[in-house]
Amino acid sequence: MNKKGPLYALFFSLFLLLPGCSSLTVLNPKGPAAKTLSDTIILSILTMLGVLAVVYILYIIMLVKYRAKKSNEGYIPPHEEGNKWLEVTWITIPIIIVAFLSVVTVKTTNAVENVPADYKDQKPMVIYASSSNWKWHFSYPEEGIETVNYVNFPVNRPVEFRLYSFGPITSFWIPQLAGQKYAMSDMTTYLNLVAESQGDFLGRNTNFSGKGYAQMEFTARSMSAEDYDNWIKDVKETAPQLTEDKFKSLLATAHVGQETFSSTHLAFSPPPGEHSEHMDMDHSNMEMDNGNMEHQDNKDVHPSPAPEKQTEFNSKPDSELNSPLPSSPADEHTHQSN
Amino acid sequence: MNFDIEKFKVHGEPLIYGAMISIALASIGIVVGLTVFKKWGWLWREWLTTVDHKRIGVMYILAALLMLFRGGIDALMMRLQTAAPEMKFLDAQHYNEVFTTHGLIMILFMAMPFIIGLMNVVVPLQIGARDVAFPRLNAVSFWLFFFGAMLLNISFVIGGSPDAGWSAYFPLASLEFSPTVGNNYYSLALQISGIGTLMTGVNFIVTILKMRAPGMKLMRMPMFTWSVLITNVIIVFAFPVLTVALALMMFDRLFGSQFFTMANGGMDMLWANLFWVWGHPEVYIVILPAFGIYSEIIATFSRKNLYGYTSMVASMLIISLLSFVVWAHHFYTMGQGVMVNSFFSISTMAIAVPTGVKIFNWLFTLRKGRISFTTPMLYSLAFIPIFTIGGVTGVMLAMASADYQYHNTMFLVAHFHYVLIPGAVFAVIAGFHYWFPKVFGFRLNERLGKHAFWWIIISFNVAFFPLFILGLMGMTRRMYTYSAETGFGPLNMISFAGALGLAIGFVILVYNIYWSTRYMPRDESGDPWDARTLEWATKSPIPEYNFAVVPNVKSRDPLWAMKYDKQPLFEDKITKIHMPSNTGKPFVLGVVFFFLGFFLVFSMWIPAIVAGFGVLIVLAAMSFDRDHGFYIPADKVIKTEKKLGGGTV
Repeated sequence: MNKKGPLYALFFSLFLLLPGCSSLTVLNPKGPAAKTLSDTIILSILTMLGVLAVVYILYIIMLVKYRAKKSNEGYIPPHEEGNKWLEVTWITIPIIIVAFLSVVTVKTTNAVENVPADYKDQKPMVIYASSSNWKWHFSYPEEGIETVNYVNFPVNRPVEFRLYSFGPITSFWIPQLAGQKYAMSDMTTYLNLVAESQGDFLGRNTNFSGKGYAQMEFTARSMSAEDYDNWIKDVKETAPQLTEDKFKSLLATAHVGQETFSSTHLAFSPPPGEHSEHMDMDHSNMEMDNGNMEHQDNKDVHPSPAPEKQTEFNSKPDSELNSPLPSSPADEHTHQSN
Repeated sequence: MNFDIEKFKVHGEPLIYGAMISIALASIGIVVGLTVFKKWGWLWREWLTTVDHKRIGVMYILAALLMLFRGGIDALMMRLQTAAPEMKFLDAQHYNEVFTTHGLIMILFMAMPFIIGLMNVVVPLQIGARDVAFPRLNAVSFWLFFFGAMLLNISFVIGGSPDAGWSAYFPLASLEFSPTVGNNYYSLALQISGIGTLMTGVNFIVTILKMRAPGMKLMRMPMFTWSVLITNVIIVFAFPVLTVALALMMFDRLFGSQFFTMANGGMDMLWANLFWVWGHPEVYIVILPAFGIYSEIIATFSRKNLYGYTSMVASMLIISLLSFVVWAHHFYTMGQGVMVNSFFSISTMAIAVPTGVKIFNWLFTLRKGRISFTTPMLYSLAFIPIFTIGGVTGVMLAMASADYQYHNTMFLVAHFHYVLIPGAVFAVIAGFHYWFPKVFGFRLNERLGKHAFWWIIISFNVAFFPLFILGLMGMTRRMYTYSAETGFGPLNMISFAGALGLAIGFVILVYNIYWSTRYMPRDESGDPWDARTLEWATKSPIPEYNFAVVPNVKSRDPLWAMKYDKQPLFEDKITKIHMPSNTGKPFVLGVVFFFLGFFLVFSMWIPAIVAGFGVLIVLAAMSFDRDHGFYIPADKVIKTEKKLGGGTV
């Protein structure tokens, strides 16, 4: 069958491309989280190639052997109900494969949801990454600085991104460092990563968020600890303060270039409730989850409840929104817990 | 009443003006043509008011073919826009509308109606019934689907199309971020056609459970009928969720409620959950009947009974159950934690097991057969290797951790096209070629059919395989443009070439319909493929009452048993046959619903209220209808049978 020729060629070439092909960003990781994912993907590809091979070989045999041709004219195929043992075989083997992949999935999902194993002893550096229209805001609560559309962090140091959005759902992705996570308006999500080599990495939003979505990129730069400290010092000395008015005007603008400020928006516009609801309700699987339970200390930096951050996008001011009511269940919760 | 003409205008785009002109010309052409050839009466009597399941099926398929081309042109525009870096063919807004309508149309107004069309034509015949259980309700289903589709289709020339993706995630789809009427169209057009689909679900469940010919036990039903039964059960469970979700969306957009907004307790991810609680089973609504179609065709053309019938049925049942517990794999990246992701990972991967069972059963149906490569068989055979790629990449995507890297990338786009095109599109094309002679009494040309086949199969792989690699390179979906440094250019260009090839294939396919209508010899045997199941036991074209005598079923392949084991099939005498009368009310209901939807889209309250009352009045008129149908006398049935060529009776 000539239709399988090109398919084989394509699959084989993909197979050859996999290891070390630097243009396949996802399979060219620069940190432990992305490395775990890349290994998982390659493992699953190899397993699936095995499955494909079985199906394709059977398929070719059937088509070549049993096609209608002159020599079997008048041949009357037999009536076959099925075969218990064959059917048991092709139920059991896939179950084993799926079970194997399930174990891999649970393990690797757990691994990338937490601080990478080799860096467990270090306290992760927290960076808030929030999206608005088609830009990214990065707030550094520890350093008290904020950047727009670029983020710098030290190499070989775990970073915990805390993600939320001032608008549509976005998805924060630096493919060479870690898998992506949604940023939403009513809850904060967490993404752990470590960069193990210095350099610039492309980051972008992958969840469609409207007109300017295609341009919603940022640069993630991992630098040596020394360079990082110098950069922080430099920002604190030279960059302007981020005032509430300035921040509002930033939010209202669709696209901006890279910007730097020597204070954060967390003080006047804190992120939504720190914990996703299931974490509050279900303490029993704490260690299965992201391991974010100990970050209460950040509450001091940006006390809840949130003021009317949601009104920023309303073209028509909505008087109801200005009332002091908690603006989402998540906020309400945080309010009570304080 | 807040009437504002500005809202109806779509801002200047030469492409859209071109479309407006061509729509206007086509409409004028149709009206003039119908008038000149004096066909209005014919159209009304024979088609618009029909309750005959075969004609309703044909209308579904015609509408689906039209939508295939509409959605196909959208696809071509998208591939052209991304064929090279920094293309200037479409702007961002227009591209967003195009990919949104492409998704909506291909899933809801092409694949699903095509399948519902085939089930309308085939299922009553396969179970030896005279019609569906509720013929007039069937007409209502069709007209609601049709006018829902039309409502969505006028959006791009009146007011603007939905632009938030076919999944319409909130808050992007809210009034705040999508202030045009596009997403109003979304909620109302889908709502109207969705109600029609729900009715189809009820109708076919009752038809299959209650109207089977004597002797056709559940485990003697043809596999296509089985797949349709299971599909309709899924419809009945899944579509109410869509109905509710769309109603909430409509409240949010039209009446200022805050179910999915960012403020005041709205939950954006509630929409995503509701959408996919419907949306994932929806995938199986279009895939399972395809499995049924392939089962029929592969058995027929390898001249064997279906291998592992029982496990085929069981696997479909398991798939249908699992389809309801996997929806969260559409948002593994929502931050719901390891436990939840693991549950949905495992349940998703589990679907691969019953699907694999089906693949092996098909392969073993081929074994020891005598396989003839007709056009429908070619599509069914091509399905196996291509769909398997879709399946294994599905398993890869099901792994939550790995999905953090694939989510929303072209890898995902490639995967679901590798599932849906061989799974649904090849199936309906195969089914179309296979059952065409049943409905129209002549086959489609095989040579042209094979030409189209090779164009479609090869181009499909050229168009979609590169997307897997693009996904691993980090290209995300729904990007209207990218820079040259990304390196996405060459593969996108290959993909565009594939899209062009697909277009050529579909044009040949349609040309084949035209050519065959004119030149193919008429075949009156009613069984051109030497098939196995009941639908081939009646004449072609099929008389309105389907079977002059209701068949007595004694095995799984009753026609085969009749032909080769001399098992009697039609044992009773011809008697008078009860038939439902035609009615124009379902059509009128569809029209009124269309206007109700249209007025609501533009918040024109007074006309909307009037149309709303119109709906109630038509519904009341339908429920007080005292027309109980009519009888065809036995001698007229005998005359018709003689005219069609005697044969079985």
